[in-house]
Amino acid sequence: MASAPTIDPAFLDKDGNPLFHLEHEPHHPEGSSTMLGFWMYLMSDCLIFACLFATYAVLGGNYAAGPGPKDLFDLPLVALNTAMLLFSSITYGFAMLAMEKNKIAATQGWLAITGLFGLAFLAIEMYEFAHLIHEGATPMRSGFLSAFFTLVGTHGLHVTFGIIWLVTLMIQVAKKGLIPANQRRLMCLSMFWHFLDVIWIGVFTFVYLMGMLR
Amino acid sequence: MSAHDHAEHGHGHHDHHGGHAAHGTMGSYMIGFGLSVFLTAIPFWLVMTGFFANPQTTAIIIMAFAVVQIVVHMIYFLHMNTRSEGGWSMMALIFTLVLVVITLSGSMWVMYHLNHNMMPMSVGDMSQMP
Repeated sequence: MASAPTIDPAFLDKDGNPLFHLEHEPHHPEGSSTMLGFWMYLMSDCLIFACLFATYAVLGGNYAAGPGPKDLFDLPLVALNTAMLLFSSITYGFAMLAMEKNKIAATQGWLAITGLFGLAFLAIEMYEFAHLIHEGATPMRSGFLSAFFTLVGTHGLHVTFGIIWLVTLMIQVAKKGLIPANQRRLMCLSMFWHFLDVIWIGVFTFVYLMGMLR
Repeated sequence: MSAHDHAEHGHGHHDHHGGHAAHGTMGSYMIGFGLSVFLTAIPFWLVMTGFFANPQTTAIIIMAFAVVQIVVHMIYFLHMNTRSEGGWSMMALIFTLVLVVITLSGSMWVMYHLNHNMMPMSVGDMSQMP
């Protein structure tokens, strides 16, 4: 008969019974894993966009005898849109710098400017979509347009929720100031906002610019 | 934040806890912004002016610009480095990039071959489709 396996004394309680958990749970300060967790969320969001980009890459040439990118896309408008998102990225950066110096008014001001650039981006995108639909280039027209509206629309939806989040945080900061919890939330939104700009690089390159080259 | 109050627990975490993620400075944000403007403007200019007669040349160049700009954003705006969160954010990023490459190249490869093996269809046939 084999004897019972010996147990490391560190895993026995004071009566000699085995322990199935650490007696002292390692203590983490509140929110210490939020940034990594939020990064994981962004990476999974990245996979959603990868699938939508793949769909666009596969369907992007299926015009069903309908209009193609050259007939529909207005590059100066896309350039303006890109500029809006890029400006909003740098103004969010300024908000973060103001936050580090604990300047509430400056943080709020830069956040407001970021939100306005975000709204301008959305307004231009809505104008573009409305124009396309008015011309009959609806998502139902062709595989190309279905994939286009899904990809660009999902990005626009993300920007919309980013703006809602931004307004929520501005109210939080106005009520409670730049407390550690609010700083953490602002840093999460910072990652989200810059991440959306990264996705937009893919959109304007693969959808708009490469579309004009087809 | 309270990161250092807990240092005595010593459970192998040498990175900062809490809100001590890497921050940018005014200088780093401006460098990132300047590079982004440059890396955005050139591709738009190349396509809008038709600088290269061969669209394939333009496509390759603007894709290279996009990749460089994504890296610039990652470093200057998202403050990515190999040390943040004990290297775990970089691991997650690399894993994601592998999946993104598999998704994109796999889809295009499979669907290209599918299209290749389909019956050819003229534009006239296509317009008759429901």
